[in-house]
Amino acid sequence: MMIFFRYLLILIFLVPINSFALIEVDISRGNLAPLPIAVSPLSLDKESKNNLKKLLKKEDLGSEISIVVENNLKMSGLFNPLNKDSFLQKPDIAHLKPRFEDWALIKAQALITGKVTVIDEKLRVEFRLWDVLAAKEMMALAFTTVPSNWRRVGHIITDKIYERLTGEKGYFDTRIIYVAEEGPKTRRIKKLGIMDQDGFNTKYLTLGNELVLTPRFNPTNQMVTYLSYFRNLPRVYLLDIETGIQEVVGDFPGMTFAPRFSPDGKKIIMSFAKDGNSDIYTMDLENRIVERITNHPSIDTSPSYSPDGKYICFNSDRSGYQQIYIMKSDGSNVKRISFGKGLYGTPVWSPRGDLIAFTKLHKGKFYIGVMRTNGKGERLLTENFYQEAPSWSPNGRVLIFYRETKTDEKGEGFSAKLWSIDLTGYNERLVETETDASDPSWSSLLSN
Amino acid sequence: MNLNKILKNALLVAFACLALSACAKKVSTGQMQGDVYTGTDTVEYLASGVPDRVFFATNESILTTKSRETLRKQATWLRKNSKINIVVEGHADERGTREYNLALGERRANAAKDYLMTYGISADRISVISYGKERPVDSGSNPLSWSKNRRSVTVKAN
Repeated sequence: MMIFFRYLLILIFLVPINSFALIEVDISRGNLAPLPIAVSPLSLDKESKNNLKKLLKKEDLGSEISIVVENNLKMSGLFNPLNKDSFLQKPDIAHLKPRFEDWALIKAQALITGKVTVIDEKLRVEFRLWDVLAAKEMMALAFTTVPSNWRRVGHIITDKIYERLTGEKGYFDTRIIYVAEEGPKTRRIKKLGIMDQDGFNTKYLTLGNELVLTPRFNPTNQMVTYLSYFRNLPRVYLLDIETGIQEVVGDFPGMTFAPRFSPDGKKIIMSFAKDGNSDIYTMDLENRIVERITNHPSIDTSPSYSPDGKYICFNSDRSGYQQIYIMKSDGSNVKRISFGKGLYGTPVWSPRGDLIAFTKLHKGKFYIGVMRTNGKGERLLTENFYQEAPSWSPNGRVLIFYRETKTDEKGEGFSAKLWSIDLTGYNERLVETETDASDPSWSSLLSN
Repeated sequence: MNLNKILKNALLVAFACLALSACAKKVSTGQMQGDVYTGTDTVEYLASGVPDRVFFATNESILTTKSRETLRKQATWLRKNSKINIVVEGHADERGTREYNLALGERRANAAKDYLMTYGISADRISVISYGKERPVDSGSNPLSWSKNRRSVTVKAN
């Protein structure tokens, strides 16, 4: 199985100068004028180059890491990385002392430079962020890790830059777990897939022998909960993605589904269906105590905790149709919050606490939207033939969800893909996956 | 088919289109009543004259008159073949969220199970499983295809 944390990244702060913000990026509105930024290739000396050729079979890791950073910044929609062909200064010299006039000439407002060295089979990457117009260094950091971790270094650098320029934590050193789909619609094979947030390093965690659905990350570690039809008994499972060990959650005499972790990672909340009625239950992962949270003859499903763990939002058809409700985490004070036209499903509480994202079906169209936790301020971000199951980036700024296309008269043309969109409703993007994909779940930041 | 019935069906189809408001193409009138499938395209048989499945309206788990008739035939056959156990599979169409549809499929399968039990079939002989929208029988994205997929299917377990 995969080993994520065998090699911890070592962080060394270089001389930090000027900690007050010079350039700033506002992420609270749709950013129609992304910040022009120059990402210089990271410089690489001859000896390190030769070492890397032996260790990773890579010619120019400095350039490749800068491409990871550049791509992340571009995908965020907040930055406009400039074409490298226009760069006048060489990477090694720029990293020591940029000639700011040169960078200002190509309209860069920020500049990223760096240096890659390999000593004793250890990869050391340092980078600096410069404010071009103020002609000042804004940040300087260095990391030491094993060479195979080089993509993660690129993601961590992006997180640091994002945080420095926006004032909020990034979401780049993260992973997405999802359902990988293949085959015709009536005989679909579904597997658990996991990949870096930018679509690289895809791995499959199940073989596709049984139907699997709705994987969700534990926000505090690398455990995953999901629904598996193993032996034709649909049950919620707990999977350790480092060891591959998995177990059934609880001992229920029927289908358990729609699992999610509590924010502290210590409980799983899910639905249990019996005799045509689905209610919400929790199981404590330490003492295995099962608690019933709702007790109502309607369907109660898709539960999601508030980040402080005090409330739960969920989906119920107790009014006759699917609507969103919230309640205290003990099941008391149930209140309906969705009152717009249409059906509402899959509520997910934002990690920032102020919003609930949802799927809405109205007049034959599916929407991904957000509303405040009192149900006010509903905002629809995207409309399509079919889309559902939003999951928040750990900083609460981006939603990832899946979208299915309509089949034509011959029953062909079906696809399922992951998409992301900013909370602002801008920057909608296809998230590339090796196979068709659905039910994405975004991990927490792997490092801080 | 007399004129009256044709008119009635046409009205029902028009109503179904309004209700779904996504009626991509005209539905052939003979195969749906309201938005419940009444055709036989996908139906298989547990024994001669005993259809294996019943169909539901959108978001519903209420058994129609025709569904109850089908289930009574199944019950009669099950009483005669007392060694056979069954699994009732509940299914939904693709026009709903995955998680809600899992619950809806379970509700539909149990509606069929409950009816079989009122006709004397022991609960020990019936297990239920919901596949939600994960196992459509028709891959189309139109009201007729969706109506075929909203179903519960009785399958021999042994």
